[in-house]
Amino acid sequence: MKLGGWGRYPLIEAKIKSPTSIKELIELISLGSAIGRGNGRSYGDSSISKQNTICMKNFNKILEFDNKNGLIVAESGVMLSEIIKSFLHRGWFPKVTPGSKYVTIGGMVACDVHGKNHHKDGSFGNYIEWLEIITSDGEIKRCSRKNHSELFNWTIGGMGLTGIILRVAFYLHPVTTSWIKQKIIPTKNIDHAIEIFEENLNTTYSVAWIDCLSRGNNLGRSLVMLGEHANVLDLNPNMKNDPLIIKSKKKIRIPFNFPSFILNFFTIKIFNFIYYSLGKKKKYKLVDYDTFFYPLDYLLDWNKIYGSNGFAQFQCVLPLKEAKLGMREILDTLSFFKSNSFLTVLKRFGKQESYLSFPMEGYTLTLDFPIAKKNIDLMKKLDEITLKYKGRFYLAKDSRMSSYTLEKSDARFEKYRKFRSSKMKKSFSSVQSKRLEL
Amino acid sequence: MSKDTALIIGARSDIGIAVAHSFAKEGYDIQLAAKNINSLNANKSDIELRHEVGVSLHDFDALDIDSHEHFVSLLPKLPNVVVCAVGYMGVQEENERDLLTAVNVLRTNFEGPAGILAVLANRFEQRGSGTLVGISSVAGERGRAKNYIYGSAKAGFTAFLSGLRNRLAKKGVHVITVLPGFVATKMTKEMNLPSKLTAQPDEVAIAVLNAVKNKHNIIYVKKIWLLIMKVIRCIPEHFFKKMKL
Repeated sequence: MKLGGWGRYPLIEAKIKSPTSIKELIELISLGSAIGRGNGRSYGDSSISKQNTICMKNFNKILEFDNKNGLIVAESGVMLSEIIKSFLHRGWFPKVTPGSKYVTIGGMVACDVHGKNHHKDGSFGNYIEWLEIITSDGEIKRCSRKNHSELFNWTIGGMGLTGIILRVAFYLHPVTTSWIKQKIIPTKNIDHAIEIFEENLNTTYSVAWIDCLSRGNNLGRSLVMLGEHANVLDLNPNMKNDPLIIKSKKKIRIPFNFPSFILNFFTIKIFNFIYYSLGKKKKYKLVDYDTFFYPLDYLLDWNKIYGSNGFAQFQCVLPLKEAKLGMREILDTLSFFKSNSFLTVLKRFGKQESYLSFPMEGYTLTLDFPIAKKNIDLMKKLDEITLKYKGRFYLAKDSRMSSYTLEKSDARFEKYRKFRSSKMKKSFSSVQSKRLEL
Repeated sequence: MSKDTALIIGARSDIGIAVAHSFAKEGYDIQLAAKNINSLNANKSDIELRHEVGVSLHDFDALDIDSHEHFVSLLPKLPNVVVCAVGYMGVQEENERDLLTAVNVLRTNFEGPAGILAVLANRFEQRGSGTLVGISSVAGERGRAKNYIYGSAKAGFTAFLSGLRNRLAKKGVHVITVLPGFVATKMTKEMNLPSKLTAQPDEVAIAVLNAVKNKHNIIYVKKIWLLIMKVIRCIPEHFFKKMKL
């Protein structure tokens, strides 16, 4: 069947099996060219192997939980949404969460995801105690910072290419309410936004939504959103009855592929304008965790709004020192190409010490574009700018980068190639790993 | 006040596990029964951790009729609700060729489930309360060339449930017959099922829970199956015997 990532580009004819036992899983691995797949929420081709895609949806059990320290052991196919559903009302929340809760734990490890608190708390990998992984010899290896530490370190952010992740032990974080105190600060331009980030490095959560149509002095005007977990004392009296409430809200399903002209210049302009004027009025308020962390999860299948050709997301990080300059150059390039990104997100990253993880201290920018020749050319240009400023790329989003670009941007992948012995390389590969020659 | 308990027989099946989750979510303690029960340890912790209820595991062999009384007497508590999801389709061609294979299918879908529910029915009758749920099949509504061995056993089971309901109606014990239609499970993995007619195990589980709450008698999971089976039952045998269904 045809498989794609969340961007629905590229769509690739691929064999996919959903094993129901470890025995079946090991048999599938022995066929070679295997890649694990969770909920298919990486954007491009990283969870697709033409010959042997292994869907882990049946490995979806929560195995242990220690309510003293928050250590949870779960099979890799468990979705983050399931963990939140079961544990938030008991006062536990993931320490690191990406912008969608419909991701599996296995995928969170393979991409070493980050959240709005990266500048303070680092990436998901920091909170993993151990992993169990089925390697190319069909053995289940439990690895951690102490045991099989090389395998452990390369697996975090390793895009599933070291083996099939089976079980993960990681820490949840204690919270007293399910609410976030949110403050929105409108900024004049990108420099201003970066200043706001730098002034708020002590705030737990921060992210900015950029109006990428603004030009000149207003280039990169944005809404910086700051957040902290609310305490019971912060809540209104009626909220205090159930401070850890999980409200299930009605989701909107995008029913069909929008024709791509819907997303033309004007729609985006209006969209951004409304958002911007709303933001000006709000200063500080309590929002529920779902609204704060997962705004796009309200729109089920929101990837369909980009039309039937699908879309690509571009996410790079630039080192702190030249971030202002580099970000301005990227936004200028967008206007030069007369291309607009429906959703443009800027975020401050903190230091990151790990083998392969995407973040580095600096600023990350996320853009998405409907698939069209013009936008593919634009993204190539953005690759060049990223290289020029010594930045790097997030493989969870990538569907089109060249192996040359990856090699130029990130010397760590050369070491990863060496770690991936010929046997490992034969056993595990994805369409992405072949494209990037990993 | 002690919590209500649901016993799931045939707990290894996808429907069995889904039903266990749906009752646990409502706060029921869960008893899981199946062969090689220890292999369901992960499911036990999963249900316990997600829903904060107690789960116990019980070895059970549907075909070992002699053990059924003993099995029930070993349960830590006589449950309030029993859901029997034991079933095995086999391969029709093999069932036709090999009598022993066919007998295994007949026993697994009829004798075993009827046997254990009979034992539990008597205990429930004595107590004067409880709900018995049998997962039967639309395949039992009319024998078809494609799966009549399986279908005839399910027909027997459906008739058994109907009789049991009739017997216990005045005794405070309720009996529910579930005719799920196609369900996407391990059992049907290799079949190419039309998606509009195929339910997910979770949908079956929700339907079972609702039927228990609302004391329904016979349920189809997807309503369309009620219509389909009405039509299939109406076709005169003269035509039916020549049809490929």
